[in-house]
Amino acid sequence: MQASDSSEPMKSANFDRNTQWLRGDGDACDVVMSSRARLARNLAGFPFPSQSNDSDQHQVLDACKQRILSMPLENKAQMLWVNLHDSEKEDRSLLVERQLMSRQHAKGKQSNGSGNADSPRGVAVLMPDERVSVMVNEEDHLRMQLVHSGFSLRRCLQEINTIDDAIEQDIDYAYDARFGYLTACPTNVGTGLRLSVMLHLPALSMSGDLEKVRNATRDMGLAVRGIYGEGSESVGDFYQISNQTTLGKSDEMLLRELEDEIIPKVISYERHARATLLKKQNTIMLDEVHRAIGILSRARLMKVEEAMSLLSLARLGVLAGIIEDIEIGMLHTLMLQVQPAHLQRTLGVDLNQQQRRLARAEIIRSRLGIS
Amino acid sequence: MRCHDCHEHEATFHEVVLHKGQRVERHLCEHCAREAGISNDPHMPISQLISSYMLGQNLPIPKVGKSDKKKSSETDRPRPSCVGCGLTFTRFMKSGLLGCSACYSTFVDRLGPMIERAHEGGCVHVGKVPKRALCDSQNAPDQDRLTHLLGDARQREERLERIRAQLTKCVQSEDYEQAARLRDELTKTSSMAGSQIEPSPSPTHPVESEESSSSHAAP
Repeated sequence: MQASDSSEPMKSANFDRNTQWLRGDGDACDVVMSSRARLARNLAGFPFPSQSNDSDQHQVLDACKQRILSMPLENKAQMLWVNLHDSEKEDRSLLVERQLMSRQHAKGKQSNGSGNADSPRGVAVLMPDERVSVMVNEEDHLRMQLVHSGFSLRRCLQEINTIDDAIEQDIDYAYDARFGYLTACPTNVGTGLRLSVMLHLPALSMSGDLEKVRNATRDMGLAVRGIYGEGSESVGDFYQISNQTTLGKSDEMLLRELEDEIIPKVISYERHARATLLKKQNTIMLDEVHRAIGILSRARLMKVEEAMSLLSLARLGVLAGIIEDIEIGMLHTLMLQVQPAHLQRTLGVDLNQQQRRLARAEIIRSRLGIS
Repeated sequence: MRCHDCHEHEATFHEVVLHKGQRVERHLCEHCAREAGISNDPHMPISQLISSYMLGQNLPIPKVGKSDKKKSSETDRPRPSCVGCGLTFTRFMKSGLLGCSACYSTFVDRLGPMIERAHEGGCVHVGKVPKRALCDSQNAPDQDRLTHLLGDARQREERLERIRAQLTKCVQSEDYEQAARLRDELTKTSSMAGSQIEPSPSPTHPVESEESSSSHAAP
């Protein structure tokens, strides 16, 4: 067993070194940034978090923490545990920006208004690759996710099932023969499984065909969301597509629908749109990409939304062969480093809005090799 | 076509949903659709759409004509709160969150149709069963626990029946990829230890094997 549970786990945690989903490799990685499987589980015998008192929440937290930290891990891996009710706001924001937990979990507030920043809750993160994270006492007692770079939903599902089985070794799940795994929100009941892919669709966005894809995927019963999940807007033409139905279809059926049918179609639409743009609107595309690189290389003040849009165009430029001397993994890392909590952590001082914009532009210039 | 609710305006919202395995059509004008908590706004996020379906006041469907509103005396009488956590159905409707496992059985009459609607007609769990719990109950053996996990004979048969019905439908519509998935699921579900029910004979139409269906796999 290897697990870290120091009093200040976030301070010693070394992020940005081997993050799995930022690598920019794997199948169809030109369009699919990352694949993700998420399971919602609750413990039998306890009310769901929104309806439970402090004592129940502490008991659930302790039981889950103990189980998660005693799971066998692969060589050199460590499970980082963070008690969120004892954590700094900035650390919580950092975990949200790294997509290791939800915004709701950072606030500790349930959608029925219960809970606050002091509510007993935690998150476990598998280090150093951050491909596993488990939220405890979010909307459900357990929300576990597994992320891989590129289009690899099957691998995500297989690995999350292994984690699920390991946790279930010592814990009885709330389960019912008719409704399956019981969850706080009935939209998750059944398998409790959400499979999602984060797609980069800049060409469909430029060609104006994105709305068609959004409508078509919605018609097929899928959710289209922004980069930070439910309720979030798209940033830099990144979209998450995931299944909505969790009851009446097994995990294998859900997987095959997404993996064999729907997502490959979206991937081919985006690739087709990129090829068409390159062929028919070559000058416009070249101009858009070089303009983006120009601003990224020279700007002195940069808002986060602007940085994401420009980095998105730079990513398109690299993949289309327009830009040759920038590495895709570096662009992905930069997309996180320009986020507010990441800037704060990198510089180690409190920054106001103007200082953040200044620091953001500076970091981008230095990473692109321009001082 | 006139709105099924107010019978005054032109129906602009049309939907077909599965309710207890039956196709139900509903045609509403924009105003009545909005009142029912549903929308055909293409820009509405799917999560919001689902939650408005889930929380729509006039569920369960179908609901046709104004006269139905007057027959609501039954729904006006006080309903019991959940024995497990004390949550009332009204509070669930406001938050969209159930309080505990027992809420599912307490509110099953009203919750069942809503769940079916949100899951495109799915009303019985198919797929994974807690692995260790199932193993323990088989080794013990503990019939009550097995029934809790897999359902009684009637529920197991109902689950298989639902998969068979979907399979037949897919074969009829020549959706052989989905049929292959369902056939695998049928085999898996029926062979799950503790489930002593044999699946019905395979459909007469050919169903592609898993290998051949995977030839359409992702690039």
